[in-house]
Amino acid sequence: MTRSFAWGFALLVMLLAGAGRASAHPHVWVKSASELVYAADGTITGVRHTWTFDDMFSTYALQGIETKTKGVYTREELAPLAQTNVESLREFGFFTFAKADGKKQKFEEPVDYYLEYKDSALVLHFVLPFKTPFKSRQLAVEIFDPSYFVDFQLQDKDPVKLVGAPASCTTAIERPRDGTASAQKLGEDNFLDGSNANYGAMFANKITVTCP
Amino acid sequence: MRLLNVKSLELTVGQKAALLGIAVLALALTGDSLWHAALAQNPFGGPRAVPDQQVGGIVGWLLAKQSEFYRAMSSTIRAAKNDGSAVWTLLGISFAYGIFHAAGPGHGKAVISSYLVANEETARRGIVLSFISALAQALVAVLIVGIGAWLLNVTAKTMCGTERIIEIASYGLIAAFGARLLWSKGRGLLRAVQATRTAAVPELALAHAGAHRHEHAHSHAFAAGGDHAGHDHHGHHHDHHHHHGGHDHADHRNDEHCGHSHGPEPSELAGPGGWKRGLSAVLTVGIRPCSGAILVLVFALAQGLFWAGVAATFVMGIGTAITVATIATIAVSAKGIARRLAAGREGGGALVMRGLEFAAAGLVLLLGVGLLLGYVAAERVTCF
Repeated sequence: MTRSFAWGFALLVMLLAGAGRASAHPHVWVKSASELVYAADGTITGVRHTWTFDDMFSTYALQGIETKTKGVYTREELAPLAQTNVESLREFGFFTFAKADGKKQKFEEPVDYYLEYKDSALVLHFVLPFKTPFKSRQLAVEIFDPSYFVDFQLQDKDPVKLVGAPASCTTAIERPRDGTASAQKLGEDNFLDGSNANYGAMFANKITVTCP
Repeated sequence: MRLLNVKSLELTVGQKAALLGIAVLALALTGDSLWHAALAQNPFGGPRAVPDQQVGGIVGWLLAKQSEFYRAMSSTIRAAKNDGSAVWTLLGISFAYGIFHAAGPGHGKAVISSYLVANEETARRGIVLSFISALAQALVAVLIVGIGAWLLNVTAKTMCGTERIIEIASYGLIAAFGARLLWSKGRGLLRAVQATRTAAVPELALAHAGAHRHEHAHSHAFAAGGDHAGHDHHGHHHDHHHHHGGHDHADHRNDEHCGHSHGPEPSELAGPGGWKRGLSAVLTVGIRPCSGAILVLVFALAQGLFWAGVAATFVMGIGTAITVATIATIAVSAKGIARRLAAGREGGGALVMRGLEFAAAGLVLLLGVGLLLGYVAAERVTCF
């Protein structure tokens, strides 16, 4: 009897604890393409993102924006929205996480940001400069939303480009195995620093640049 | 209790299996949610301790499904522009989405369930409250978009600001409500503790001196706060105590039985005033709209099909209500089982039940505070 009671009690606690905290699902979808920009001396200076939003979010974001021609949005008309975008993205670390040879790299405020509207989708362009440009043998850039409100997917065609990188550098990409519900266990051997071997995230898109 | 109809202390094999199934599901949800909470709470600052874990099984499937339905909504709304029959598809998708989506954070499942457990509430009332809450959420979403986007043509940023204010108000109200509940349940628990202690005194002592001592203690009880609670199991003096103690009526009726070994039927306890409090409980969560609904409504408005968006939102609300009501019913039933089982224990049963209610009330407060401070993951407002 006591055991049954314990069962009931445990069940209730679990139910209540679990009820409010089950997983979210994405409300916004982004197709991401990124350029990794290098300086002449071979140091990487920043990441230039091109993010294409899904049509539902695009429509939502465009709500109430005045235009001269209906359905046509110029870069100038979208400038205030682009401003809002980059300001809001700051709170989320721009969903971009970089590690050079296992060491976290910080970004500065975004520059050269603007929005365009094409094929009924908003496309956000912005550059995230690294706080200090650096050289590294192995650089990993991950793009994901830890709370999975935004689903990021690397664009099908040319998701990564190296701009001005030393010729010997090569890139590799890893997409989440399943865009909806499977967790991704990242290859720890990509990180030379063994102490963070467990570093990984669900639904993370990972770009790895190796410059021997 | 009504649902499972547990007549005796012994559970049948089927009931045990059902319990086990529910427990496994709850475990899966809890484990998964903890893992997500870890992700959500520890965003980019400190190292994220991410276990090697796969989200699979029921939860993974739920996630995949709701994602699927949600994505299908925009294309269906587009299709409805040219083909009116697509609206039916839209409603079907919205309903399914509502059912699946409500398993996610928000939507007041935890708050409503905790409230129901903290109080003596019937499963039926839980279901009605779940529906009121879900439909209130739908209504608020329609009002925000209807007034904001349709009438005033404000930007998404402005609407989002409104959502945030409502959200904070909602969380604040949950916390306040939880605090109030904790206060009244705390007194109930204290009384049960006292009752248990008194019950430990041999019956003989009560027989010859008890009545006298009782009267004596009684006269001092009010100033001493909780001290008088020890006599609550005597029942006869109950009304008197409570009027002086300033308890509200509903609590009073609950606690009247706390020293007895049998639990009252929930229906007996659904006293007047209970509805009012139940409503205030669900409206604390019901005023916060679901971000998904807002997106769908704005999208439908832009396609010139606002009415279809409104219909979809309400159908979504019905789907959500079904899930929330199911969880609420399970919570009420689980408490019913706990009560049956606890009833067999000498004296301590009441204590366990009051402890359970106290814990549930505490959970409401914790949820409110946690949501306010961002420690409990809620569905994010679309603000960028």
